[in-house]
Amino acid sequence: MEFLETLINGLSIGGTYAMIALGYTMVYGIAKMLNFAHGDVIMVGGYTIYVILAQTGYPFLGLAAAILFCVLLGVAVEKVAYKPLRGASPLAVLITAIGVSYLLQSSAQMIFGSAPKMVTLVHINSINIGALQIEGHVVVTLISSFVIMLLLTLFVKYTKVGRAMIAVSEDKGAAQLMGINSNAIITLTFAIGSALAAVAGFFMLLKSPSLTNTMGAMPGIKAFTAAVIGGIGSIPGAMVGGILIGIIEAFSLKSAAIAPYTNAIEFLILIVILLVRPSGILGKKRREKV
Amino acid sequence: MKNFKLSHYLNYIVIAIVGIVFTLLSFTGNVKSLYLLMLENILIAVLLSVSLSIVVGFLGELSLGHAGFMCVGAYLGGKASVLLEGVLGNTLINVIVSMLIGGIIAAIFGAIIGLPALRLRGDYLAIVTLAFGEIVRSIFMNSSKTSFGGSFGLSTPRYDKDYLFIVGFVVVLICLAVVQNMMRSKHGRAITAIRDSEIAAKATGINVTKYKLIVFTVSSFFAGVAGVLYSFTQYNVQSTNFSYNYSIEILVMVVLGGMGSINGSIIAATLITFLDVKLQTVLTGDLAVLQDFLYAIILIVIVIYNNAPGLKNFREGYNLNVLFDKISSRKNNPANIQDDEASWHRVPSKIQIDEVLSTKIQRDPTASIKPDKEGK
Repeated sequence: MEFLETLINGLSIGGTYAMIALGYTMVYGIAKMLNFAHGDVIMVGGYTIYVILAQTGYPFLGLAAAILFCVLLGVAVEKVAYKPLRGASPLAVLITAIGVSYLLQSSAQMIFGSAPKMVTLVHINSINIGALQIEGHVVVTLISSFVIMLLLTLFVKYTKVGRAMIAVSEDKGAAQLMGINSNAIITLTFAIGSALAAVAGFFMLLKSPSLTNTMGAMPGIKAFTAAVIGGIGSIPGAMVGGILIGIIEAFSLKSAAIAPYTNAIEFLILIVILLVRPSGILGKKRREKV
Repeated sequence: MKNFKLSHYLNYIVIAIVGIVFTLLSFTGNVKSLYLLMLENILIAVLLSVSLSIVVGFLGELSLGHAGFMCVGAYLGGKASVLLEGVLGNTLINVIVSMLIGGIIAAIFGAIIGLPALRLRGDYLAIVTLAFGEIVRSIFMNSSKTSFGGSFGLSTPRYDKDYLFIVGFVVVLICLAVVQNMMRSKHGRAITAIRDSEIAAKATGINVTKYKLIVFTVSSFFAGVAGVLYSFTQYNVQSTNFSYNYSIEILVMVVLGGMGSINGSIIAATLITFLDVKLQTVLTGDLAVLQDFLYAIILIVIVIYNNAPGLKNFREGYNLNVLFDKISSRKNNPANIQDDEASWHRVPSKIQIDEVLSTKIQRDPTASIKPDKEGK
C-alpha cells in the first residue's frame, strides 16, 4: 500500500515536472535554445498568484492572472533578449538566458524581499480508497497535469498551428517556404511554455505554500533534466522523462538515508543517460553537419 | 630575444609590481588587514576567472560547475592541510603541498567531467557541469562531522594571513604563465580552432579529444588551487558558498572581461570582487540584490551587443578596439595583429556566401610594400 502511495505521489510530482519540461522541450525543439529562464517563469507565476490572492482572495483568478502575466513575460523576454540573437552562436544565447534567469530572480527579490511568502490556496481533503490515503493536492495535480498533457498532444497533432510547430522544429527554412510564419510560431511556443510554467507554479504552491524568489530554479533544472532524459525536442519524451524523475524523487525522498542525496541521484542519472544515450529515451539522433 | 614583445609580458609585470608594492606596504605595516583580505579575494577571483576563461572563451564550451571544482579543491585541500598540520606544522610547505593536493584532485574531477564533454556540446555540457557542481556540493553538505564537517563546515588551519596574499600573487603568476603560454602555442591555436568549428578542426587532424581533456584538466586544476587558497583565507569552509550562483558570478567576470581575453578576465575579476566587497557595506538586506540585478543586466547587454547579428555594423563601427586602432594605428601594421587578441565574436560561425561573393578583392595597401623587418 505504501508503495502504491509513493508511486501516486511520484506521478503527481512527475506531472508537475512534465509540465515544466514541456516548456523546455518545445522551446528547444523550435528555437534550438535552452531557455534557462524557464524555471524562473514559474516563480513569477507564483508571485502573481500571491499578489492577486492577497488583493481579491480568489485563487483561480490568481491562476488566470498568472497564466496571462507569464505568457506576456515569456513573449517579452523572447522578443527583447532572444530574438536579437537568432543566428548567433549557441553559447551567446545560453549566456543571455542565464542572465535573464538571474534578472528575474533578483527583480523578484527586490520587489518582494527575500523572506518566503506564505500562499495558502484552496484546501482539498485527502481521498481514502480502502487503506490507500492520497492527499488532495496530489490528486488534483495528477489529474489536471495529465489532462493538460493530453490536450497539448492533441493540439500539436491535429491543429494547423500545432502541425506548423512541428514543421518549424523539423526544418525552419523549409517551413518558412511553405508559408509558415516561423517567428510567430516561435513566439507562440514561448507563450505556451510560459503558460504551462504558470500552471506548474500553481501546483507547486498547492503542494507547499512557501514562495521564494528561487523557487523555480531547482525544479527548472530538474525539469530540464527530465526533458533531456526523455529526449529533448520530443513532446512525449518530456512527459516520460518528467514522470520518471518524479517517481525517482518520490521514492528517494521516502528513505531517510537517501533523501539528502535526492538531487545528486537525479543529476547522476542525467549524466549517465547523456553518456550512454545522448539523444535521450525518445529523442531522435541528429548528425552534426558542416 | 628576437621576438620579444613587451605587450606579451605586460600583465606579468603589472601583477608582479602590484604584488611587490603590497608586500612592501604590508611589511611596513601600512595596509589594513581588511584590504589584505580583499586582495586575497581578488586573487582568488582572478584565478577562477582566468581558468574559466580557457574553457568558455577559448574552447567555447560553457561550464557552469566552476564553483564545484573550487569546492573540491577547498574541501580536499583544506582537509589535507588539517591532516598535514601534525607533520608539517602551520608552514608555507603545508600551504604548497595542500594546494597541489587540492589542485590535482580537482584536475582529476575535471578530466572526468571532460569525458562527457567529448560527446556533448553546448547546452548539454552546461547542464552536466551544473549537475556536477550540485552533486559535489550535496555530498560535502551531507558528509559526517568528522570527515568534512557536513553542515558545520570544515574548519581549516589559518596560515599567517598577512603573508597569504604573497602566495596568492605567486600562484596567479604561475597560472598566467601556464595559461598564456599554452594559448600562444600550437596547442592554443588548436583549441581555438575547435571552438570555431569542431568538424573543421577534426578534418585538419587536430586531436579534439586530447585538447578538450587538457583544457578541462588545466582549468579545474587552477579552480581547485583557488579553492585551497580560499580555504586558507577562511576559518571555516561552507558548502553553501559554492552554489550555482557563484559559478554564474565567475561567468559574469569572464563575459564582462571579453570572451577569449585573459587580461580582460583579470580586470573584470578585480573590478567585480572590489565592487562586491565595497557594496557589501553599502547595500544591506534586500538591497544587496541590486548588485545581482546589475550583473544580470550587464551580462544580457554585453552578450547581445557582442553577438547580435543585427548589430554587426554598429559593433564594428564603435568599439574599444576601433578606438585603440585609431589612436595607435596598430592595425595598419600586420605584424602587430596578435592571434590571441582576435576576439571570440569576430569569428563568424559560417561563411557568409553573399558577403564573400560581394567582396571586391583589393590589394592591401599596407601589406608587402615594405617587407617586415623580421622578413616574415
